[in-house]
Amino acid sequence: MNRLETYLFISSVLAALGFVTIASRRNAVAILMGIELLLNAAALNFVAFGRFVKNAAGTHPLDGQIFAIFILVLAAAEAAILLAVIIAIYRQSESIDVERLRGLKG
Amino acid sequence: MNPSDYFLILLGVMSVAPAFVVAFSKNLIRSAFALLFTFAGMAGLYGFLAADFLAVLQILVYVGGILVLILFGVLFTQKIYTPEVAAGRYAFRPVLLIGAALFAVLFFVLSAGVAWDTIANRPAEPTIRTLGELLLSRHLLAFEAASVLLLTVLIGAVAVVRKELT
Repeated sequence: MNRLETYLFISSVLAALGFVTIASRRNAVAILMGIELLLNAAALNFVAFGRFVKNAAGTHPLDGQIFAIFILVLAAAEAAILLAVIIAIYRQSESIDVERLRGLKG
Repeated sequence: MNPSDYFLILLGVMSVAPAFVVAFSKNLIRSAFALLFTFAGMAGLYGFLAADFLAVLQILVYVGGILVLILFGVLFTQKIYTPEVAAGRYAFRPVLLIGAALFAVLFFVLSAGVAWDTIANRPAEPTIRTLGELLLSRHLLAFEAASVLLLTVLIGAVAVVRKELT
């Protein structure tokens, strides 16, 4: 069971669900959750490939985990900045329904 | 099937099943808490992949940081007593169809039996030391760029949220 395909299956389910969440939700915070699901699926793929697949010449077996770490950093940064934007929008229009956010200028 | 397989399946279910709640629940707070189980299950999967440092990092950053941020966002930006307003959906059926198609394509590629050049039974060693050396040698530029990014985010988030002084 502890094979590459198991992890690829899990991450493909997570990626599909993340896409559904991003595309169908109207609430901006829920969209943030979908993005986190997608990023998690990608990170799991990197680590699983790094663990099970023979690394090419000039690469290190742990490069996949390095990628996952940078994904983690990006996810944290993106969550913080997105939340700041969401709160700023909420203060302005009392709603974070992405369907109703049409104006761009402050 | 050896005993650890049952544990792996348990972790897989633990990380996949709550993701359905995240995608489909009408109650956003429930979605946010379901995300907790997904992240914890992913940490367990990292453990199975012999990525010990990453498992700890997943718990620390996702469960301890990002999830708290998301919960804060959920609770801050809506009326808790009318959750159905918060969890509205847009074009649900087409999106569901595209999502199912996406999964079908991924699953098709997965089950097509691509001959990955795999290594069986790579030894599970502690990774922290090697990861640290890699970060400060081969990936030093990305490491520094990430620190600049975090500084930018720190300042940018405050600049976006602060009230204008008039």
